[in-house]
Formats: sequence, C-alpha cells, structure tokens
Amino acid sequence: MLSIKNLHASIEGKEILKGINLEVKPGEVHAIMGPNGSGKSTLASVLAGREEYEVTAGEVTYMGQDLLDLAPEERAREGVFLAFQYPVEIPGVSTTNFLKTALNEVREHKGLEPLDAVSFLTMMKEKMKLVEIDQTLLSRSLNEGFSGGEKKRNEVFQMAMLEPKLSILDETDSGLDIDALRIVANGVNKLKTNDNATIVVTHYQRLLDYIVPDYVHVLYKGKIVKSGSKELALELEEKGYDWIKEEADTTTT
Amino acid sequence: MSESTKDISLEKEFVDNFKALESRINGASALPVHQIRKEAISAFQKLGVPTTKNEEYKFTDLNKSLRKNFDFTSPSLSGKVNKETINKYFLPEIEANKLVFINGVYSAEYSSIMSPEDQLSVKDFGTASKENEEQLQSYFAKYADYQSDAFIALNTAFAEHGSFIHIPENKVVDKPIALYFFNDAQTEKCYNQPRNLFVVGKNSQAKFIEVFNTIGDFSSFTNIVSEIVVNENAHVDYYKIQNNKDTAFHVGTTQVWQARSSHFSAYTFTLDGAMIRNNLNIASDGEGCETHMYGLYLLHGKTHVDNHTVVDHIKPNSFSNELYKGIMEDQSHGVFNGKVYVRQAAQKTNAFQSNKNILLSDTATINSKPQLEIWADDVKCSHGCTTGQLDEEAMFYLQSRGISKERARVLLLYAFATDVLENIKLEPLKNHLENIISERLHKDF
Repeated sequence: MLSIKNLHASIEGKEILKGINLEVKPGEVHAIMGPNGSGKSTLASVLAGREEYEVTAGEVTYMGQDLLDLAPEERAREGVFLAFQYPVEIPGVSTTNFLKTALNEVREHKGLEPLDAVSFLTMMKEKMKLVEIDQTLLSRSLNEGFSGGEKKRNEVFQMAMLEPKLSILDETDSGLDIDALRIVANGVNKLKTNDNATIVVTHYQRLLDYIVPDYVHVLYKGKIVKSGSKELALELEEKGYDWIKEEADTTTT
Repeated sequence: MSESTKDISLEKEFVDNFKALESRINGASALPVHQIRKEAISAFQKLGVPTTKNEEYKFTDLNKSLRKNFDFTSPSLSGKVNKETINKYFLPEIEANKLVFINGVYSAEYSSIMSPEDQLSVKDFGTASKENEEQLQSYFAKYADYQSDAFIALNTAFAEHGSFIHIPENKVVDKPIALYFFNDAQTEKCYNQPRNLFVVGKNSQAKFIEVFNTIGDFSSFTNIVSEIVVNENAHVDYYKIQNNKDTAFHVGTTQVWQARSSHFSAYTFTLDGAMIRNNLNIASDGEGCETHMYGLYLLHGKTHVDNHTVVDHIKPNSFSNELYKGIMEDQSHGVFNGKVYVRQAAQKTNAFQSNKNILLSDTATINSKPQLEIWADDVKCSHGCTTGQLDEEAMFYLQSRGISKERARVLLLYAFATDVLENIKLEPLKNHLENIISERLHKDF
C-alpha cells in the first residue's frame, strides 16, 4: 500500500528526515516511536503533503502512485488521512458543514453522487457512536473552544466519516487522560479492517496498549534505527530511548 | 503651490453654486432652514475640502479625487431612470416601504409607502421644510456638526432634497423603510447631496435601509447626511448597503443621537465603489443605551473604503459593541478609524471594539486605527485590531480532508464574513447579502 524509500526532507534548509525506508501493507498497524525531535511529526506531515517541508530525495509510492506528486486534497481523496497533533480551530465553519463538503468532494472524486442530507445525517449518527462524540459539539465551529480530548475525538470522528485507506495518527494520544485515550483508541480499532492500514506516531508506549501494532519502528535523527514487533515498544517503555541512541550513534560514527 | 490654487477653485465652485441656489429659491430664503444653510456655507469656506493633511482624512484624498473627476460649477442635475431599471435594484423578498431618490430627489411616483400613516410619516425634505417648518427646525442640523466637518457643512448648505421621516411614540413599524438612492450617470457625470432626518418616537421601533446604486457609466458623487434621532426606549436598526459601481464616489455621514434606554444598531456593508467615506457618529446620550456597530467591507480592484466611526458615551450604564471586518485584494485600500469616547460622567460604561482584516494580495492596503479615550474610571472597555493573510494552517487542515484549495479559501473567507453577517436581524436581507457575498467570493477571491 505504502512504500517509502530513502526519504529525505527538510524545512527552511534544515534536514529533518535523512533516509526513511518503510513498507506498509493493507491490514497492518505500524507504530513510529522515537525521542523528541527525531522527525516523527515531520514524517506524518510530509506524507499528508504539508507545503513547508521540502522533499530533497527519495520516493513515496502509495497504491501504485507517486504520493509526493499529489496535492494534499488529492491525497485525502485517494484515502490518506492525517489525524493532527494539534487540530486547527476554524471559527465560523461548523464541523457538520465542513465534513459534508469534504465527504462530497471525496465522493465526487470517486465518481459517486453527493450524499443527500438524510443519508449524511444517518451516517453521522452512526459514526458519532464510534467515538462517543456529542451532536452539539459537531454543530459548533470546527474545534473552536474544544478541549484537547474533544479535538482528538473529532479527528477520529472525521476519520470514521471519510473512511481512509491509510490513516496516520500524529501523537493522537498526547495530552489525553486515560478515559479519553481509551475512547480514541477504541474508535481507531473499530475502524480497522483488512483493507486499511494505520501508522501510529507516538511518543509514549501507553497508546500501544490499546492500539496493538504489528510493527514498531524507532525513529532517531531522521532515520529508522530499529524495527521490531510490539515487544520493542515495551522494551522502550522499560529502558527509555538512551540505549537506542547509543546503539545508533556508535553504528553511524 | 498649484495644489492650493486648485483647492480654492474647488471651494469656489461650491460657493458660486450656493449663490445660484440662493437666487433660485428666492422666496424660500427667509425660511429658518436657509439661515442654517448660510451658516453652513460659511463654515465650509473656512474648513475647505479636506486634503490628506487633515488627520481625519489622512488616508482618503477626497480633495484630489473630486477635483480630478468632477466639476461642481453647475448645480446638481435631475436624473431620469425608468421604472423597469429601478425595479431591478429593489432588494428581493423584502416587504418594505420603498422610497426612491433619483440624483437625490425624492420620486413620489416610484416610491411606495405601505405602513399606515399613524405609524409612519414620510415627506420629502423640500416639502417638509415648508410644511413642517417648526418640527424640522427642532431637529435639522442639531446633530450633524457642520462647523467641524466640511462634507457635513456642504450637505447642510445644499440641503434641498432628501427625506423627513417621522415615527410617533409607541409605534412598531414592522415593515422596513428602504431608501433607494439612484445616481443617473447615463449621459453625464452627476453629483448630489441628499439630506435625511429620521425621528423615531419614544418606545417605537423601526428599521431603515439605505441602498446606493449608480445607473450608467459616468462618474457619480453622493454626499449624503442622515440624522437619526432615537428617542427614549426606542429601537432602531439601520442598514447601509453599498454595492455600487467602481465609478461611484460617496461620502456619507450617519449622525445618531440616542436617548435613555434606546437601542441602535448600524450595519454597513461595502462591496463595491470607487472611493467611499462612511462616517458613523453616535452620541449615546442617556443611561442604559445599547449601541451596536457592524461593518463588512469586501474590496477588489482599486476600490477605496474609509470607515470612520465615533461612539460618544455621555451618560452612565451604557453599552456599545463594534465589529468591523474587511477582506481586501488587488489594489484595494481599506481604512478603519474607530473612536470610543467615555466621558467622565459615563461611569459603568461597557464598550468593545474590534477590527479584523484579511489582505489577499501584496498590493492591498489597510490602515486601521482604533482609538479609545476614557475619562471615567469605572468602565469596562476593550479594543483590538488584527490584520493578516488567510490562515495557512487552516487551509492545510481543510485540504487534508479532501477540500480543494479554491473551496477552502472560499470556506474560510466566508466564515470570516459570517461573523458579521450572522448579526443581521432581517432574514431576507441576510440571505440576499449572503448570496451576493458568496458569489463574490467564488468569483473573485
């Protein structure tokens, strides 16, 4: 589904990603972990198409297409979804209205008719249950005045509505208390099928108790320095990142 | 040097014109209204048409623009616009009392007053100055200060046409009173100076709408003054809609006086024109007054729009709130100057002001100046202004959900404008403006 080869990216002339390689197949959950500043969020941003980042080398193939060639909205329409670490507040645009616009643009791209008001509402009601989100929240301006937990829940709700093939969760767990974390993780798990894949970017192992990954990768200084099964996450939790840093630093020098 | 000689000629044009008016009106020159006119023209002579050296006109060079585009030696001409054309410009879906003015002159033929006479009395200014001499005299030029502003002085000196609208006490005029001002610029340039006086009695309610349009491709200049008297406990909504041609120059002063416990809301929408200066001056002169000022300007091309507002809190326990927003692109130029005065006696005043702008091109300009002057010590006041581009983060967020860049822009700009639009209480007018603005955003921005 997704194949990243030797990806290099920089922002304002500073290189952040220094050769990432990653293969993701349908049905898989990959966790990307790593200390602060290792490039985790950059990777998520580059995959979603944030313009500030410049890809200087490497390639990303998604469902047989050159992902880097697509505009952010085209990526979204092709099924790439980024759950933001810091969802943006947009006054004056209600979540409902925004999602209807988004969903219909995605549908149009797929050659489907736009959803009428009734089917849209039915779909919304069904997905709302998944993430235990309240109707009143959705009629308010997008994320405006939402708590941290509400914002993250809204991200997963949008994910449920748009039914992406590849979801990238950028530190969706950070700042959440355990109840909110459980709700968000449950939502993500319920959306999992054999056809879609998830990349979970996280700083903490805690989230992986709820969203169980098939693979864990450790990102350090812009490279994946270690990959393994879910046990690797537990090891990191126990021992911290220092041993990985040491290992990586000795091999590079 | 050359500029100052030209200045004199612009003023001389008007003064000569005034002499012509005096000889024309002949018998009516004994009327008290005319005594005020004479005072006003001498005040105008002293003030002169402001240049950018005048702090209040720093960014809006009307002197230059008027000199360049108009000739004021001959009197304002009467115009001719046919009924079908007029009908096209009426606001849709609004059941309103319609007052039509062509080149400033009231047209009884095209106007239609629907509200009963005991609710609403409408007279054209000329008739009222003869028939309601005493009544008019007690209000006319009592609020708009012709000693301090040249355009008010000019308008007062040439006050011949316009309207006198009177609503007695304890009346709810449920149908809006819509004043349509048409400039006939089909065969030549035109200018006119309509004068309105709206008096709303104690406990009464009324909604006024002023709409400005130009027919034809020649330049037009309107210098309008509306004095609005909001008596005790009266409720007045006032809408000004400027979606004029890019050949239309406009100076408009809305002078409001509010008595105790009265409510006044002003909504100013400026969507197109050449050079526009709006003065909204409000005296909150009683306890428990409530004042709202909303403004939205959506500018493109070379349109220049200058909104000057003043709210003067004279008595205690009043509230005022101001929200002006602007979107500018191309080489358009916006100016916002909002003054809030809280006098020493006006304790417990709550006054809020906000001006927000989005610039969509490198060549668009905004000059924003909020001014708070407070002499009282127990008040709650705040003001702020922001100017920026479209929020990149918000753009990316919308795009990352599959929304195209163009649509994301429109969505965000529309949301920005909605903040003002949603305050409109007249539903059909709100829908009408929403449609115009949404269409404009799709087409232009």
